Parts: sequence; C-alpha cells; structure tokens
Amino acid sequence: MALDPYQVLGVARDADGKALRAAYRALAKKFHPDLNPGKPEHAERFKQINAAYELLSDKDKRARFDRGEIDAEGNEARPTGPTWRDFADAAGGERYHPGARGGFAPEDLEDILGGAFGFGGPGGGRHGARVRMRGSDAHYTLTVSFLDAARGATRRITLPDGRTLDVRIPAGVRDGHVLRLRGQGHPGFGEGAPAGDALVEIAVAPHPHFRREGDDILIDVPVTLKEAVLGASVEVPTVGGKVRLNIPPGSGTGTRLRLRGRGINQGHQYVVLQVVLPPGEEPELAAFLRGWTPRHGGNPRADMEAG
Amino acid sequence: MRIEAVTALFADLDEPELRLWVERGWVLPEGEAEAWEFQEIDIARVRLLHTLRRDLEVGEDSMPVVLSLLDQLYDMRRRLKRLLEAVDRQQPGLRASLLEELSRGA
Repeated sequence: MALDPYQVLGVARDADGKALRAAYRALAKKFHPDLNPGKPEHAERFKQINAAYELLSDKDKRARFDRGEIDAEGNEARPTGPTWRDFADAAGGERYHPGARGGFAPEDLEDILGGAFGFGGPGGGRHGARVRMRGSDAHYTLTVSFLDAARGATRRITLPDGRTLDVRIPAGVRDGHVLRLRGQGHPGFGEGAPAGDALVEIAVAPHPHFRREGDDILIDVPVTLKEAVLGASVEVPTVGGKVRLNIPPGSGTGTRLRLRGRGINQGHQYVVLQVVLPPGEEPELAAFLRGWTPRHGGNPRADMEAG
Repeated sequence: MRIEAVTALFADLDEPELRLWVERGWVLPEGEAEAWEFQEIDIARVRLLHTLRRDLEVGEDSMPVVLSLLDQLYDMRRRLKRLLEAVDRQQPGLRASLLEELSRGA
C-alpha cells in the first residue's frame, strides 16, 4: 500500500533537497534492516522510506506526484471508473452469475466450511496473508521397452485423476532413471500457488537379444561352423535396424566384433559370436575330422588347473 | 448509457465488437438490441472485458472459460461474504475467533 511520501519522510511539502536527504539519512539509520535484525516490521518501514526518498529525490517524479499524475508508488494514476471487483463483490454482482442466483445450498456451506478455501493446513499463513503452498510431487512408474529406452520415444500415460501426460523418454535413458515433469504433479494450495512436479521413474524391460553395458550394446549372434572358419558377411540386428557385419575367417565362439557407433549415444554395439554345429549328422565332416591333424593348439584346456 | 457512449470511453473499441460481446452474453445491458441501456455495472464489465482482451491478450476462444471462472470466483466471494455476515449476526465475535484459529494453521 502506498503512503504519502512526505509523511513517510516526515518533511514539509516544500522541503528542499537538503532537508529531504537529512530526513532520509536519519530514518535510514534508525530502520535499516541490517541494524535491526529480528525486527521484520522495521524492514517494511525501511522499504517505504526508501521508496519515498526515491520518488521525492527525483525532481521530475516529485513534480508529477505533486500534480497527481502518478501515485506514491510511481504508477500512472489511471482515470478509470470503479473496477469490476467493486461491483462483482457487491450483492448486485449476482446479475453476472452464470447459474442459479443468490441463496445458499447446504453443499455450498460444506464446501466453504470443509476447507475448500485453503485456510490453515500445515504452514498456514498469518491472518491476512494469503496461503500459498506448492503442490506435492506425484510419483509414477513407467515401463518402457528396451528399444524405446535406447532410441527415445514419447509415451502417453493416464494419471489416476484421468489426466493424460505425454512423457518424452530421452534416448539412452537407464533403468531407474527419474524424469521430473515440472508442474505436472498435484495442484498447489491457494491463489497462484505452483503445482508440484510429476516424478516418473523409468523401468526398462529386458530385451530377448540385446544387453546393455554402459553406452554399449551387446548381442550374441550364432554363426555356423562354416561361416566361422571361412568368414562370411551376415546380417545382424542393432537398436537402429539391421546392418551387415563381416565375419573374418577363423572366428570362434566368444569373438567380439565391434559395430562402431551402433550403441547408445556415442557407444558401440559388440557382436559376440556363438559357433553352432549343424543340427543333424554330418558324416563327411566327421570323416574329414578323423583324418585331420590341427596345425595349432592341440589342447585348449592346457591352461586349466587340475581340479 | 447507450452503446455509442460506451464505446466512446475506449479508444480502441467499436460498436460491432461490443455488440458481439453482448450477443455472446458477456455483457448484459437492459432493453432491446436497438436500444440497449448500459448501467454502471455493465460499463465496469465492459472495462473488464476490454482489459482481458487488450491488456492481457486473452484469446477470443478462451474468453468464455475465463469469464466463467471469474464469475464463479466472484459468486463464491459474495457467498462467503454473506456467510460471514450471517456469522456476525448469529454470534458476534465468532468471526474473530474463527480467523484466529485459522491463522494458527489448524
């Protein structure tokens, strides 16, 4: 609320600059908040003193205030008529009520007395102060597929109160990551109070083939004995679709082949080969192996200690 | 006050627009279309509409929602005021002790 700046400073209307300064200094010394910790009412007073001095020490503003062109807060005085509020708060305002006029229904009383107005509650304000409480955060869990988590996606979730929320899942999100959606939680309490946030915990469902290690993707890929020995070009799945992979001759089970940049963000995909034998009988292969003496590595278990 | 006198109060409001507001039920002057009579409350209402549309840039489409919420708010304030007046008549001093209790944060 704006007070008369002359009264705030305790000076006459025709006080000159010197008198103003003197009055301001004397009051500022007395009410400066740093000199009066624990006296919030002094801080308020100091603000008024400052504002008054600011207005009156500016020749132009002071002249405009004296002529009534601006108010003590420096706002333009608006030559308007009575406001809507003046009318709407009066009984005559019922003319602009959309539904039934006047009167009290019992449920109105329940609404009002049941605390619908947001009085009180934890941290309730002082009398006269508006109660404003930020709404509480709402917690949700969203399960997304491995591929959606890797590539990013938008998922719509329906909240318990029927609202729907579009959740943008960033590419590469990890299991257990919590997304904070500002202002999408429970509504605030009181006029202008902000709503809480929605905290959405992401659960990433496992994939039958892909595994994740950091930003790398691992996948086991079976290859035939022939492909492993002779080399081949095969098609393998990645999170971004199928790509061709060259298998160098002489690759065995456990060989890791890197697909550069096919992981998550800057990661790679590693293809781990699994050599599989033909499912049926192969007499020719058996005959060949009987007559075959390997050139390298006679005993692959040589490194193993005796149990 | 006639419609042309009302629009004359605003630099940027013409009769067709005000007519539209009346036809939509946003302002409720008395009388027939050709002889609308705007009371003080209606002029305050026009001022509100003007503020919403021009200063706050509320879109044409959003106006019904905004007005409906505002009207409900003021309706509730009037009811609350009547309730408090009834409280005062029934039991003087009760209002003060109610406010005191509410300010403690129940």
